Amino acid sequence: MTTIAELPPGFVDKVLSAQSTFRSVMDAMARPGAVQRIVPMAGTPETMMRGTAAIALTLFDHDTPLWLDARMAESTDVLKWLKFHTGAPVIHDCSIVAFALISDGVLLPNLERFALGTNEYPDRSTTVILQVESLDSGQNFELRGPGIDGVATLQAAFKPFDLFEQLRFNETLFPRGIDVVLVADDAVVAIPRTTRVMSKGG
Amino acid sequence: MNAPAYNFAYLDEQTKRMIRRAILKAIAIPGYQVPFASREMPMPYGWGTGGVQVTAAILGPRDVLKVIDQGSDDTTNAISIRKFFAKTAGVATTTSTDEATVIQTRHRIPEASLHQSQVLVYQVPIPEPLRFLEPRETETRRMHALAEYGLMHVKLYEDIARFGHIATAYAYPVKVNARYVMDPSPTPKFDNPKMDNCPALQLFGAGREKRIYAIPPYTQVVSLDFEDHPFEPYRFNAPCALCGAENSYLDEIVTDDKGSRMFVCSDTDYCEGRQAAGHHGALSAAPYKDKARGEANG
Repeated sequence: MTTIAELPPGFVDKVLSAQSTFRSVMDAMARPGAVQRIVPMAGTPETMMRGTAAIALTLFDHDTPLWLDARMAESTDVLKWLKFHTGAPVIHDCSIVAFALISDGVLLPNLERFALGTNEYPDRSTTVILQVESLDSGQNFELRGPGIDGVATLQAAFKPFDLFEQLRFNETLFPRGIDVVLVADDAVVAIPRTTRVMSKGG
Repeated sequence: MNAPAYNFAYLDEQTKRMIRRAILKAIAIPGYQVPFASREMPMPYGWGTGGVQVTAAILGPRDVLKVIDQGSDDTTNAISIRKFFAKTAGVATTTSTDEATVIQTRHRIPEASLHQSQVLVYQVPIPEPLRFLEPRETETRRMHALAEYGLMHVKLYEDIARFGHIATAYAYPVKVNARYVMDPSPTPKFDNPKMDNCPALQLFGAGREKRIYAIPPYTQVVSLDFEDHPFEPYRFNAPCALCGAENSYLDEIVTDDKGSRMFVCSDTDYCEGRQAAGHHGALSAAPYKDKARGEANG
């Protein structure tokens, strides 16, 4: 059994690390497709990447119900780490959560099962944090939308391979929708609900 | 006891997390007003408590902060907020638009064009553009949900019927990314075109009304108008009396009780920059005048 003392640590400097991580995520959200780096590092429980752990420590607390994919939900390390460092309640009903943590894209449920917000309160939606293989190699994509000067390009390798096709539902749902944050180690790319992604092949 | 009695940038971490989550949603839904649990700040409502909370949530030790009030770096509100963050966050401050990474503003957008690495934080008194047309929050919320903005066009039409032109001069409503009608805060409509396709991220904080909203960089922002009454920015028809600028937004300053007045740039940094670069207006300070007179005499 893991005791508190054996848990991977949180940020060394809670305040400034959270600020720096937030600015990376904010810049990612404001400039979809642009790869941002998360500098401050914390201990990471098994199955969690460095970037994911930093985002969790920055944005999660008792006000943010979480949903974890099957692999993370099975890991007592992850559950204890999240509970000790963030206090965020982990729940099983993914239709009412503020954040979803996906350690592996094959475990991503149908996106329509998450909270999509309402037309009156489109902000009451789930932000999906998805760990991917790579954000600097793989398939090429073209992104358009607010935050992008014309066209942005993104090279990424991820599962599920049809993620961006699934995200097209954001177009008809708007202002409801799902915002996705892709994490590969310390790299972060956000795909907010306003971004339109086209595959460019390669 | 040497430990500071407050956290970095004043707000506690739980509050910052809550505001940060609201900012992310606001960026993802351009122009939509995200409700947030606004805190009491050590300044009264109407002095920029919303802007201050947004700034406190994003500010880091390496940021350079500029604060303007009606374009000026030198007014009480601007100075006290700048000092507040210099004291609570230890950040560097500046009056230069170009050097700043975070610019908090009340009622103006700087004249100098903003760049990609900047964030512009607006102080907002009434975030709801439909509030004076429909006082019920439940109704305005439904109107936004249905993108039902006919009432706003009726208001602009009534301006034309009564005055012959759209008489709204500030807080002129805009449509963001072809979806949400948004209040740009009480900036003069002269500034509206600067919001369109702006390289900097624009964040809006309304403390008393507890709303945060945003315009991501490079986002379409259109001022509402009619085909036969297109939107027109307004400025006084005069050059700046100090720097001679012909295309900046001007303040009218009454100089005596006999009706004398002068027009000067409202953006003090822009005006000082132009004067330092050798531009002069009709009422420039002594050295230039003496020189001019000397040349005229000689």
